[in-house]
Amino acid sequence: MRSRAVFCPALLHYPLMPRTSDRRRTVITGLGPMTAFGVGIDPLWKAMCEGRSAIKRISRFDPSGFPCQIAAELPEALFDVKSVVPKSYRKATKVMARDIELAVGAAAAAVADARLITKAVDPEKTPTIPPSRFGCQIGAGLIAADVDELTAALVTSRVRELASVGAEPDSNLRNSELKTQTFDLAHWGAAGMQNLTPLWLLKYLPNMLACHVTIIHDCQGPSNTITCAETSAALSVGESMRVIERGAADACLSGGAEFKINPMGLLRQVYTKRLLESDGIENDPMLSLRPFDPEARGTALGEGGGILVLEAWETAQQRGAPTYAELIGFAATQSFCPDTVGLSIESDGRSISDAIEAALKAAKISAQQIDAIAPLGSSIPGIDQAEAAAIKRVFRNRAADIPLITTMPNVGNCCAGAAAIPIAVAAMALKCQLLPARLNTKNASGLNANAAPSKPAALNHVLVISTGMGGQNAAIILKRI
Amino acid sequence: MAEPRIVITGMGWVTPLGHDLNTVWKRLIAGDCGVSRIDRFAAGTFPTTFAAQLRGFDFTRFVDDPAVHEHAGLNVQFALGAARQAWTQACLSSAKKLDQRRIGIYLGAGEGVLDFDNYARTNIAGWDESANRVDARKWADAAFECMSPWREVEQEANMPVSHLAREFGIRGPAYNCLTACAASTQAVGEAVSILRRGEADVMLSGGTHTMLHVLGVTGFNRLTALSRRNDDMMHASRPFDRTRDGFVMGEGSGMVILETLDHALNRGAKPLAEVLGYGSTADAFRITDMEPQARGPAAAISAALEEAGIDPHAVDSEGCPLIQYISAHGTGTKENDSLETLAVKTVFGDNAKKIPMSSIKSMMGHLIAAAGAVELITCVLAIENQILPPTINLRDPDPELDLDYVPNIARKAKVETCLSNSFGFGGQNDTLIVRRAPG
Repeated sequence: MRSRAVFCPALLHYPLMPRTSDRRRTVITGLGPMTAFGVGIDPLWKAMCEGRSAIKRISRFDPSGFPCQIAAELPEALFDVKSVVPKSYRKATKVMARDIELAVGAAAAAVADARLITKAVDPEKTPTIPPSRFGCQIGAGLIAADVDELTAALVTSRVRELASVGAEPDSNLRNSELKTQTFDLAHWGAAGMQNLTPLWLLKYLPNMLACHVTIIHDCQGPSNTITCAETSAALSVGESMRVIERGAADACLSGGAEFKINPMGLLRQVYTKRLLESDGIENDPMLSLRPFDPEARGTALGEGGGILVLEAWETAQQRGAPTYAELIGFAATQSFCPDTVGLSIESDGRSISDAIEAALKAAKISAQQIDAIAPLGSSIPGIDQAEAAAIKRVFRNRAADIPLITTMPNVGNCCAGAAAIPIAVAAMALKCQLLPARLNTKNASGLNANAAPSKPAALNHVLVISTGMGGQNAAIILKRI
Repeated sequence: MAEPRIVITGMGWVTPLGHDLNTVWKRLIAGDCGVSRIDRFAAGTFPTTFAAQLRGFDFTRFVDDPAVHEHAGLNVQFALGAARQAWTQACLSSAKKLDQRRIGIYLGAGEGVLDFDNYARTNIAGWDESANRVDARKWADAAFECMSPWREVEQEANMPVSHLAREFGIRGPAYNCLTACAASTQAVGEAVSILRRGEADVMLSGGTHTMLHVLGVTGFNRLTALSRRNDDMMHASRPFDRTRDGFVMGEGSGMVILETLDHALNRGAKPLAEVLGYGSTADAFRITDMEPQARGPAAAISAALEEAGIDPHAVDSEGCPLIQYISAHGTGTKENDSLETLAVKTVFGDNAKKIPMSSIKSMMGHLIAAAGAVELITCVLAIENQILPPTINLRDPDPELDLDYVPNIARKAKVETCLSNSFGFGGQNDTLIVRRAPG
């Protein structure tokens, strides 16, 4: 822990901050995953152990115009944001994009799981964590504007340019009108934009996930929003560890959430060529994500992510908090991206193995001590290949034996929220001494990743790996308590 | 074991006032204004028709091979220009035997520019008049016809990180944070934390952003956050003035090279300034308004001072406060300027009036996510040149705001230690403290 600076004139000029040799330790005391199986760890863990997948044909809108028509959607019946916010805050749910709703739901689940009292739980009681000592780091993505809401405003500024009025037969007029409708920017500036609600922009700023969560739970400590695609939530967890370690907070809500199962989000992902092409109809054999399998053909979107409660070890001890695992190692790296933007990364996975090795070093343990690995396992062939190469480089002859914990075949790729799910599942695996089931993969060569039922296992250390579009990587090591 | 000290060894910026350190600094000291009529799209009928729009910038002269960045959006182009200047000033181009894995990047970069024309075309083509909603099938057909894959991919907020990592061979910790107007200050603060923890030896940090596109201007206009002084745009950005009516949008990038003092000295790099303190807090109040006592900003300033070991109430032997300049967030909105003033008074007490505090947003507009890094660089240049940039357009002082805002004219001053504030929409507050480089 960084010593709290004491004012001392003699030190004014070059203060040397003493640091105790032992770093302040961070433990996970609450799990709040948000997945297609529902809110919180229980439905997710049950589905993981039973080996169920939530990926199916998209129902929220007609996906037939897209090559990928599948995703893991969180059904409305399983989550209503209004039910998880205090009554006084229900009005604010009107300005929450779906991404924000998911983060708010995840935070509520994490706070409940950690048995914390916050302003949202009971405004009359003293909060477990003093607000100024409570931080919040949440990964978020590029939030697409609700297409119905925006277009309803845009269409008020249409002009109909009838290039050949009169020449068209009457019966075709309507059709030709539709084809030539264009947007009149001058009208939009003068009048059309008034059809957007004044707070429209605030629904879509990525930091509004953390904004709402910090207001609801009164977290006044450091608050950040990390936007690094699938690695966002892992980087957020790493930052929370640093915040706690340097003494800027005693606890943090940490994780990420994203919702891309809308036309714009899906289009952007299709354009990255990372998605599985499937219509999801009638047991399409292509429906399955098969991480590390030669038959892997791409990933599918999921909805959600998760938020964890991370706490300084001594704070958690003092209050007798439920603890899942200790975070003992973290490292981040950047891959070389041949295409610059990271749709593809170096196939030898060098920077991923660098992250793993740096995390092992930070944790002061050897590769021999890792008992299970929760990788990204996206089923995107190039990314799988890089991850597999990295695991083989670090773990050598043990690579084929160490069990992998794959989660994307079950919950899909939750993008900025993605990394929170394997962390939550790894924490649960450590606590229950149980490996969840694996789905679909048949021929993972040189890795222990083939489909398998859930089984008991002696687990002391689990490694979580994350690598995202854009080439940012993170590795986190969880230790059994 | 002592915590490593962190220094800035390189700086660069691309702003509406110019594209290199000296030009922009000279114009800041001259009190120039970078505002002009928006012409990136036809904004003539918008409630606000002007901005500090960047002009005449060519990123290709800042990169080794422009083809590598062929699809780069404007935010990435600005970032490449600013980062190259910082990289060069820090002599990293010629540095030998640097381990790429020990060089990291932490940006507070904004999302890319929306491809508005094609987006609007797609949305309108997808509109189902009778159902009063978008028909997803029609929408998809139109989208695949007119929206470009690269334009879409390049909008992801981590693209500047990916481009810069590629350009400079960075393989260490890589992050992007996006906390609205506080982003790049927060990025620098967290990059310092990564260096202190020993996760890297060098960090490229800063921000880049432009929201000068149809929906960006629309969004801020709907929030009524922008000045609407269309008939007097050169005097529209008037922080701390009684008649201030909102901020003026700017765009651009600011980048710094941070490294541990030992690392800098060992490779013979010249430290330009030392980062002494960083404070970060959340308002946790409301989504639209700031807390009326300025609790969050005051706590961020206090936390930064505490980390720096600086007593806000102390004075030196000449009776001067230990902070000699504050680079204000100073947006020119009613609320921000009042609450920032209140926060400074709360923390510094009697010293507050003795500390000059100016807002360069009066001259270059609000660079949103990039603003903090640009203002941090301003602090370093103020120390180097012993001169404070002014707050221009401050002709009618607000009687409620009674600090020294360095009105209208730059001022020579003895400056050793500066503080820079950034407060974001959404309630993130970040403060950095820098002082003259050791040695």
